[in-house]
Order: sequence, then structure tokens, then C-alpha cells
Amino acid sequence: MVGMERIEQRQKILTARQMGLVACSRCQQVWEKDVSICGRCGHKLVSRDPQSLQRVWAYWLIGLMCYIPANIYPMLQTRTLFYTQQDTIVGGAIELIEYESYAVALVILFASVVIPISKFLAIAFLAISVQRPPSVSHHQRQMLYEVVEYIGRWSMIDIFVVAILSSLVQLKVLVSIYPGPASLFFALSVIFTMISAQAFDSRLIWDEAHGKDEGKAND
Amino acid sequence: MTSSHTSRPRADLIVCPRCDAAFALELPDDGQRAKCQRCGTVLISPRRKAGAQIIALSLSITVLIIAAGVFPFLSVHVVGASNSVSVLETALAFSEGPLVFLTLAMASLIFFIPLLRVLLSIYVLVPIVADKPPARHARWAFRLSEALRPWSMAEIFAIGCAVALIKISALVEVSFGPAFWMFAVLVVLVVAQDSVICRWSVWNALSNDRKS
Repeated sequence: MVGMERIEQRQKILTARQMGLVACSRCQQVWEKDVSICGRCGHKLVSRDPQSLQRVWAYWLIGLMCYIPANIYPMLQTRTLFYTQQDTIVGGAIELIEYESYAVALVILFASVVIPISKFLAIAFLAISVQRPPSVSHHQRQMLYEVVEYIGRWSMIDIFVVAILSSLVQLKVLVSIYPGPASLFFALSVIFTMISAQAFDSRLIWDEAHGKDEGKAND
Repeated sequence: MTSSHTSRPRADLIVCPRCDAAFALELPDDGQRAKCQRCGTVLISPRRKAGAQIIALSLSITVLIIAAGVFPFLSVHVVGASNSVSVLETALAFSEGPLVFLTLAMASLIFFIPLLRVLLSIYVLVPIVADKPPARHARWAFRLSEALRPWSMAEIFAIGCAVALIKISALVEVSFGPAFWMFAVLVVLVVAQDSVICRWSVWNALSNDRKS
């Protein structure tokens, strides 16, 4: 393992911002602070994105609003000769438990309930923590951000399951499965929370390590 | 604000994209990784021959993705009635009314975006590995490929398959089509391709004053 040499010996790590530099957030090329467009990849250069938190909250809210109808409306509709059955996300999982397929019920509950809700909480916590210094360390919050970014996509599982089931089980009168309106809201909720997490500038987490005098981007 | 033409990049430094800590650039040995000393993010992980490996993986992924998308993938049988679908057809499940949006989104997430990403990485890497100047718009192509990374969900679709199979295996008899196995291999290759690639090295190879 090779560690990068520190710019300043041992005492303190300098950030690009303190050195009057800005790094491209897409290709990592380092430029002087007054350069506005990255000369290598053409991405806009911002040392700290002042609108970052506003965008995080905006997408967070849309995601949360979509998550409510996603749980109220049916996700799946099963039509057989004799009956039509509509299942919501949680209802479908409860039914699976009744059929004693606990593992699948757990996967569904985890991907569609536990992950989305903890993701809403985690993003809100991270965004608030930038404005108000919390007791949780930078490393833990950085880790939390990475987990949120990584795991958020996995909520799409439920949408894929609905798609596979409803395209596969189309057996005319015997049994047919159709997607319900909740699938649209659920997919939108996942997509908007992913955008919300991406809008968060993780460099903000580390900024207050250097004290308030550096000035936070979100005043 | 000056334009980027008048100012030169600080190629002697590397900045952690996660926490903004700046370090003097020092290239790690082959197979080693350089990490940010503050937050632990991997900054550089060069590997000799990684370029050729990625191109080989990308070519196989391209073939597999097209085949897995089009050929029958799963089929169900219940007393006389049967139905089989391909991966792309599963996306068409949402073709009623406002759910059409989901069809587009799903076809992109599990088929078009993964396909576009491997094509872009072939386009970017072939000239680099062949020691030729970068292809036209290669930087733009790699930038697009990086932006699309979180939206490529082939591996998530694979887990979704497993869940769906368990869910209906009690109800109907399910059998696997040829595309099912292609898709299984595909997912492993997609994950492998993504973990071999060293983004810093690719960007470095795409810059005008590259460090070797």
C-alpha cells in the first residue's frame, strides 16, 4: 500500500480549496481556483457547490412524496379465473410470510422498505450535519455516504421483480399478473433519491474539520 | 474568471474527490493502490495490462448483452399453457398507460445503458492501449460513461430474477432459456470490468501532458 506524500509534513492535511486550487469533480484534474471549466473533460469546476444542499433537499422531497403512493397503491395485480387480487408492497411480503417463504419476504421487505426509509433518514442526516456540527465523526459520515450511494440502486429490485412476473405470467385465462400504479411511484422514488444522493457534495462533510473560518457553502 | 486555455493544470498534485485533501502525486507500483490519507478513498490503482483486459471483457459483454437481451430468457408452463420472454420483453411489461415511462426506464437501466457503457469504454481504451493518440471526443465519451455508472443495473436485475423465480416457482413451472445463462455470465463480467478499471489512469492517458 502506497500512501500519497502529504503536501505539508505530518501536521495537517491541506485541502485543494485552502491551497487556492480546485479539482474537477469528474476527472480529478487540479486547476487554479479561477479556472471555470475543466480543460481536460469540460466539466464545470466548483470548489464547493453552493446549491448542493438545496438540490439534495429538493430531490429528497420529491423522492419522499413518491414513496407514499408507492406504499398505498397496489404493486401487483393477479387475475385468475375466479378472482382478482391486488397486493401492495408490504401486503405482498406479508403474503409471502404466510406461504412460509421467509427468505424472499425478507429480501423484498429489506429492498423496498428498510433500504428506502433508511436512505431518506441517512441523506437528511448528512445534509443537516453539514449545517450543524454533529457528534458523529467525519469518517463515519463519509462511510454512511458511501453506503447510501452504493446501496440506493438496489431498491430497484422490486421493480424488476414486478416486471419479470408480469411479463412472464401471462397465461390467458388461467393466471395473469399485471403491474399496479405503485410500481411507477416506487421507481420514481428510487430514481429521485439516487439523484438526491448524487447531488450531495461529500467534500462538505470534511470542511468543518478546518474550523468555521473557512466559510461554509450553504449560507 | 479566466478560461482554461490561459491556465495550466497542476499535474504534480492529486486531490481526493471525496474530501478535497491535496497530495503530491506519487505513482504507486504496479498492482498497488494509493489511498487518500484522510478519508481512505482509493485514488490510483494502476495495473499493467488492465487496458487490454478491459477491452477483452468489454467485447465479451457486448456480445452477451445483445444475445441475452433478445433470446428467450425464462419460460413458464402450467397445464398446457406456456409463455416465454426475453430480457427486453420484461421491460415491455409496463406498456399500459402512464407505466410506459417505466418501460423506457427499465429498458435503459438493464440493457441500453450497460451496452452504451461498454461500447464507450472500448472506444476510449482501444487507442490508448495501442499507444495511439486518443480517439476523437474520447474525453467526452469517458465522461459520459462515468456519469452513467450508477444507472447501469444489470446486476440488480439478476438478483431481481432470483427473487421472482422463488416467488412464482410454487405457482407455475419455470424453465430457463439460453439467455438466462448468458445473463448470469454477463453480470459477473460487468462487475469484473468495473472493478479492474483505474479511472485516474484513463484520465491521465487522455490528458495532453500525461505522466507515465
